[in-house]
This record gives sequence, structure tokens and C-alpha cells, in this order.
Amino acid sequence: MTADFLLSRYPYVLIAVLFAIGLYGMTVKRNLMKKIIGMTIFQTSIYLFFIQGATKQGATIPVLDPELGPSAELYINPLPQVIVLTAIVVGVAITGVALSLILVLYRRYGTLDEVELLRRMRESA
Amino acid sequence: MSQIPALIPTSLLLASLLSLLIGLKSRRGAHWTALLGAIAAFAFSLMGVKAMIDGDGEAIRYAAGNWIPPIGIEFVLDSLSAYMTAIITFIGVIVLIYAPRSLALETPGRERMVYPSMTLVLAGLVGMCLTGDVFNLYVFLEIAALAAYALLAIGDRGAPVATLRYLLFGAIGGGFYLLGVAYLYYATGTVNMADLSMRLPELMESQAVIVAAVLMVVGLGIKMALFPFHFWLPDVYTNAPSVSSALIAPVMTKVSAYAIIRLFLDVFPPGFFTANLPLAQTIGWFSAAGIIFGSVLAIAQHDYRRMLAYSSVGQLGYIGLGIGLANPIGMIGGLLHIVNHALMKGLLFMIGGAVRLRFGVTKIPDFVGVGRAMPWTMVAFTVGVLAMVGIPPTAGFFSKWYLLLGSAEAGAWVWFAVIIASSLLSAIYFFRVVEMVYRDPESDSAVEDREPLPRGEAPASMFWPITIMAVSIMAVGIFNVLIVSALLERVAAPLGG
Repeated sequence: MTADFLLSRYPYVLIAVLFAIGLYGMTVKRNLMKKIIGMTIFQTSIYLFFIQGATKQGATIPVLDPELGPSAELYINPLPQVIVLTAIVVGVAITGVALSLILVLYRRYGTLDEVELLRRMRESA
Repeated sequence: MSQIPALIPTSLLLASLLSLLIGLKSRRGAHWTALLGAIAAFAFSLMGVKAMIDGDGEAIRYAAGNWIPPIGIEFVLDSLSAYMTAIITFIGVIVLIYAPRSLALETPGRERMVYPSMTLVLAGLVGMCLTGDVFNLYVFLEIAALAAYALLAIGDRGAPVATLRYLLFGAIGGGFYLLGVAYLYYATGTVNMADLSMRLPELMESQAVIVAAVLMVVGLGIKMALFPFHFWLPDVYTNAPSVSSALIAPVMTKVSAYAIIRLFLDVFPPGFFTANLPLAQTIGWFSAAGIIFGSVLAIAQHDYRRMLAYSSVGQLGYIGLGIGLANPIGMIGGLLHIVNHALMKGLLFMIGGAVRLRFGVTKIPDFVGVGRAMPWTMVAFTVGVLAMVGIPPTAGFFSKWYLLLGSAEAGAWVWFAVIIASSLLSAIYFFRVVEMVYRDPESDSAVEDREPLPRGEAPASMFWPITIMAVSIMAVGIFNVLIVSALLERVAAPLGG
């Protein structure tokens, strides 16, 4: 039973594991860089979830081929792909802003450890 | 007329790009471009409001790229989005007029990046209000959020840390929302809101739809700073430049609240958020807790901006209560509180910026004597305070009145008591500041040895926006019946009654 479940649903299990690792990294890790790595893993797990639902065996790109005919079974659904592509762009922008913020912090305080950073902030204030 | 839904965000996006390019050459040019873009967007929003009032509430739909929905993305202007865009662009215009002098003091040399970011925040927010597509809403949500991170991070020394924390929780909120969209898409096969509202009624029992609704509301709740997800907010508002707070505090969190209201009223079937899944009630109870929590912590603050931030946590709760009551009159109160709180918080943050510009103070005990030095600004401040406490005829009274009526109708006496109690609490923390402001500096031992504050108002570019906001608070209060009968009653109609 469990084996069947894992075999048929293993992508979702992996996605759930990634999701949990990402959330753990973002909320528990003290190092800001690791938080951002966690954020990337978290976002990736959502992209994977979105794209996993659109996988199809034996289908081709969504351009109508006269030889294959108009049957929807033979073509990949383009909408989730496009949505995930857009979401990846959004995610890259978020990562970029986050990296620029920790760059500012590192230059100003010389550390990326959250506790140490807050201590140095208080001292300099 | 049919182009209005697209013209509002595009004029802001265009202004943002042009303002960035012109900013390379001239700081003043960047400011004027941004201001003109915001004025254009405000004019289009007013046209939209007028079209909604004149018409019978028929939505104006614009298919982007002429791809017919549900295949293409559509922009929809209905009574609710017309109301929201008018508020957002009005605040945008006022804050952009106010901005240059304050920015020159608080973020010297970096102003040219501020104007494109400000218009980009506005573009993202009006886009969220106008889009008719749940995924497109996510994209606009992140556009607004990314530009807001830039605006908030240029503030005081603590700003980058606070903003990074906001960014991480914002990413979790956005991620949850996106995951909800994925569930919704695989349950229904569409991301168009109108299409979803047709397909969802037969899927009310579907587990995927329930998971989707919970994920989307939790995601938007984090973005909205709904208690207990508010923890990022106080640090961010305290460290940000006055201009950023004056722009972001009034509108940003409310637009996420708008997104929840949109899902509740128009996307999910009637009764789904109340009967099938007690989401509305849950939001209401968390909001009630947030109102008390925010108000009590606001009393304990010494920094003026931090007090306003905690007060925001509380005030957002009123909008949440409007959702939680789920009856027309309560929802009208929550919606009316969006415009009221936008005007009040915008005004109070702008006054904080003006006082900082003149005297360099942000701590409440240092406000002694300001009332004598800036008499007219402090008249506006008093108007803002009276509105926050909810004294008629200021705007703040009427939203609370509607919420009280709604609580009575729903028999929610605990929420009734919470609204009354929080009015008293906000009277405590705001009248404390008023007392400082009007205290006689000569008879006060704490500041006896300080030089008397030089008399004089803020520069005209800051003074007049403050005056306009104060007058608007009175005007919205006096004419609130017009707003309610022309726009909001129609919005709340799906709740019955």
C-alpha cells in the first residue's frame, strides 16, 4: 500500500519534502544567506508542484501539427508552463532584491549571522 | 471608455520607466514625470468611478492583447475596483507632491531611484485591483512588493534588516498564494476570476478547492499583516523614510485585504467562506485579537512612527472584522474603513515627516511645543487623531458605526465590545501625543533647558498635501452616505440583505 502510494505519487512526496526544507531554512536558520537559499528551495518546490500537474507521457509541444490532428491528448498544456515561467521570473527578482539587501548588510556590519548582526546594530546605534 | 481598466496601470508603468530614464539626467524631471503619471492615473480612476456611478454597475472589461477571456488576461473595472483605484491613486498623487523636500532630508542623493519605485508600487497595487485573473494578481502583488522593498530599505540604519525580514515573510505569503492558485487551477482548469466563479459552485465539496482557499487566504493574510502575521510590520514602518511609510502604510496592506474580499465576494461561491469553510469567521476573530493587541502595544511606544505602525495593526483589524461579519452592513463598514484609514494614516505619517523635517524629532516626548511652532499642521494632526478615535463628523466615526451596526445585526457582541474598547484605547495613545504637542514648553521641566522651537510651518509642498488630506477626512466623513449608496452597497450585495 505505502509502496504503491510512493511509486505513483513520488513527485509530490519530493515536492512536499522540498517545501518543508525551504520553510525550515527560511524561518530557523540564523545565517541570512541560508535563509535566502531556503527561500529559493521553497519557491522551487511550488514551481515543481505547478509543473508536475501538467506532465504528460508521449505528448508534444503545443503547436498544432496537421499530421497529428487536434486531439488535446497529444499536446502539452501550455498554460502551466507559461505561469511557472512567469513565476520563476518573479522569484528571480525577489532573490535579486534579497541578495542586494544582504550585500548592504554585510558591507555595513561585516557579518551575515542574524543574532550577531542584531548585536552589532545595537552597539553601533 | 472601455480602455480605462488598462489605462490606469499603464500610465503608472510608463511613468515609472520614463521617470527612471529622465532621473539619470534630472532629479526634478524624475519627480515631475512620476507626478504626472500619478495624476493621469488618478484622472482615469475618477472617470472609472464616474462610469460606475452613472451606469448601473456594469463592469468595464478590457481583454489584454485582444485575447478573449478566459484564454487571455482581462482587466475588469467594477464598483469595487473603481473605489480601490481611486483611493490608491489619490494617495499616490498627494504623497508624490509631498515627497521632494522630505526625501532631500531623509535620503539625500538617492531620490532619483525613489520616484520610479513609488510609481511602480502604485502600478502594482492598481493592477491587483483591476486584474480579473488570479495568477495575474500574484504577479502584480509581487511587483508592488518588490518596489516597496526598495522604498523601505533606503530608510534609517535598521531599515535593511527590517526590510529583509519583510521580504522573507512576503515571499512565504506570495508562495502560499501561488500554491493556492495551483490547487485552484488543477481543480477547475482556469485562472480567470469570472470563469472560476462559474465553475466553483459544483466543486464546493472538493478538497482541492478547500485547500486552495485556505492557502490563498493565509498567503494574503501574511501580506495584509493580519494578526498574528503582523510581526514584520512595526520594524519596517519605524525605519522607513517618512515618504515611503506615507505611501505604503495607507494602501499596501489594504490591497491584500481587497484581494481577500474579492475572493470572498466574487470568486468563491456565496456561502463558501462562511458556511462550508469558516474562513470569514476565522479572519474576524484574528482581526478582533489584532485590534486589541495592536492598540495595547501602541500605548507602550515612544517612537511616533512605531506607535502609528502598531495602530495600523489594530486598524487593519477593522477591515478584517468587516470580512468576518459577512453581512452587507458590516462589509460596507470594512470597505469604508479602507478609505478612512488610508486618509488618516497617510495624514499622520506625513505630519510625522513634516515635524521631522522642521525639528528632527521622532520620539513622542520631544513633541512638546510643536503645537505652538506649527499651529496649522497640528490642527490637521488633531483632525487625524479625532478621526482615528472615531469622533463624528470625521470619517473614522462612520466606518466604526457601520461595523457596530453589522456586529449588532450578526449578534457578534464580543466584536461589538472590541470595537468600542479599541476606540477608547486609541483615544489613550493618541491623546497622549496631542497633550505633548500642546503642552507649554516653558512650564515643562523635561524640556526647560531646550531652545524654544522656532515658529513656522512645513514648506508649502508639504503643508498643502497635509491640509488636503485633513480636509478629505472631513469631506469623506460628511459625504460617506454618497460613497456607500453609489458604490459600496452594490459591492456588498452578494452577501444578501
